[in-house]
Amino acid sequence: MSGVRVLVGTRKGAFVLTSDAKREGWDVSGPHFGGWEIYHLKASPADPNRLYASQSSGWFGQQIQRSNDGGKTWEAVGNKFVYDGATGTHQWYDGTPHPWEFARVWHLEPSPTEPDTVYAGVEDAALFRSIDGGQTWQELPGLRTHGSASSWQPGAGGMCLHTILLDPSDSERIFIAISAAGTFRSDDAGKTWRPINRGLRSEQIPNPTAEVGHCVHRIAMHRSRPSVLFMQKHWDVMRSDDAGESWREVSGNLPTDFGFPIDVHAHEPDTIYVVPIKSDSEHYPPDGRLRVYRSRTGGNEWEALTKGLPQRDCYVNVLRDAMAVDSLDPCGVYFGTTGGQVYASANAGDSWAPIVRDLPSVVSVEVQTLP
Amino acid sequence: MICVVLPAHLRTLAHVDGEVKVHVEGQVTQRSVLDALEADYPMLRGTMRDQVTHQRRAFLRFFACEQDLSHESPDAPLPDAVAMGAEPLLIVGAMAGG
Repeated sequence: MSGVRVLVGTRKGAFVLTSDAKREGWDVSGPHFGGWEIYHLKASPADPNRLYASQSSGWFGQQIQRSNDGGKTWEAVGNKFVYDGATGTHQWYDGTPHPWEFARVWHLEPSPTEPDTVYAGVEDAALFRSIDGGQTWQELPGLRTHGSASSWQPGAGGMCLHTILLDPSDSERIFIAISAAGTFRSDDAGKTWRPINRGLRSEQIPNPTAEVGHCVHRIAMHRSRPSVLFMQKHWDVMRSDDAGESWREVSGNLPTDFGFPIDVHAHEPDTIYVVPIKSDSEHYPPDGRLRVYRSRTGGNEWEALTKGLPQRDCYVNVLRDAMAVDSLDPCGVYFGTTGGQVYASANAGDSWAPIVRDLPSVVSVEVQTLP
Repeated sequence: MICVVLPAHLRTLAHVDGEVKVHVEGQVTQRSVLDALEADYPMLRGTMRDQVTHQRRAFLRFFACEQDLSHESPDAPLPDAVAMGAEPLLIVGAMAGG
């Protein structure tokens, strides 16, 4: 019988939540790596038992963990992330040049076809790749050495490469996003890159329409239509219909267009989800009501999804990597909060129920649909 | 053999309980002990010192014989009691509240 496996990264460990296809009863396993920050876990689409996890700590640095049995057991693999060649500088918060310094892995993106190939988005912003199951890591330095890189500046959370989208129709095409540099695309498997931020407008930077410098929080695509991208920016929800060549705002009737995650329904490429957050200085939902917003029109027209979500006194946040969808029918939607709840909807967002309520603050949520 | 006491998170990472014993060739220093430790437990590479510069991680401390040796040269000899295996080298995660 098919089922789902939800991979949850938190500030104090990883949790694996499993259920059958009804998605009503859940088994909770964890904490794995208790006490460590788990920024992200993700499974290989080519081998559902192959999982990768980013484990980090202010005391002990970065670890990468790998599982070959769906998260039952783990082994530490390579954790040597060394920038390729001269590191150069980016701008520090005060505008002075600051050398690139590795801090942690924010996001792991396994190859859709090769279980041993996985990409890592790191802080300070760079893209690494392993082709040996995480044992060794090599930077794809064309991104960090892009001509604009010396002008990149960290957002409040650090200068992180947090989103990696591998185009399922073109193995040479990769999209990434960096806070606060913006979105970039490679059409040659990561050798060279160019910014794709035309149409973004950010009042928080000196030139609101600059080629780089935008605080992109998350981008998402549907695998059947990889040239259509959706973006949750610091403020504004955006859409591109030409693989990022140009963007237009689709915030429409959202109560606020600030937020972090954005995701796409597994079977409806124009159905998208966001979680509006009050503002960049108040990282909680408007009016203390936790509402997911769904658009069935690819943006602009949004409906609030509230059934089963707290509608009073709720002041949690939902971070950029903390929303995911399964590929069952109806599509399941999942998200985790900084308050430690993981909510699931087995009906595309119409209603929600918590799987768990009291985990450590949730950083990331991924879902596997199991055969 | 040199006795090393690791902080709890690193014992978990290395799959060990209690003290760890390592064999050190030549002079017993922070560097030679960490070299031996990382050779026996490769998963500890990068957790105590930078993998390239070998600079001690900021929130790690090295204690032995009731002394804080964290700011000593990594090539300075460790106390005789550590070199003879009578006292452990304590690798300690710095205290942090909150």
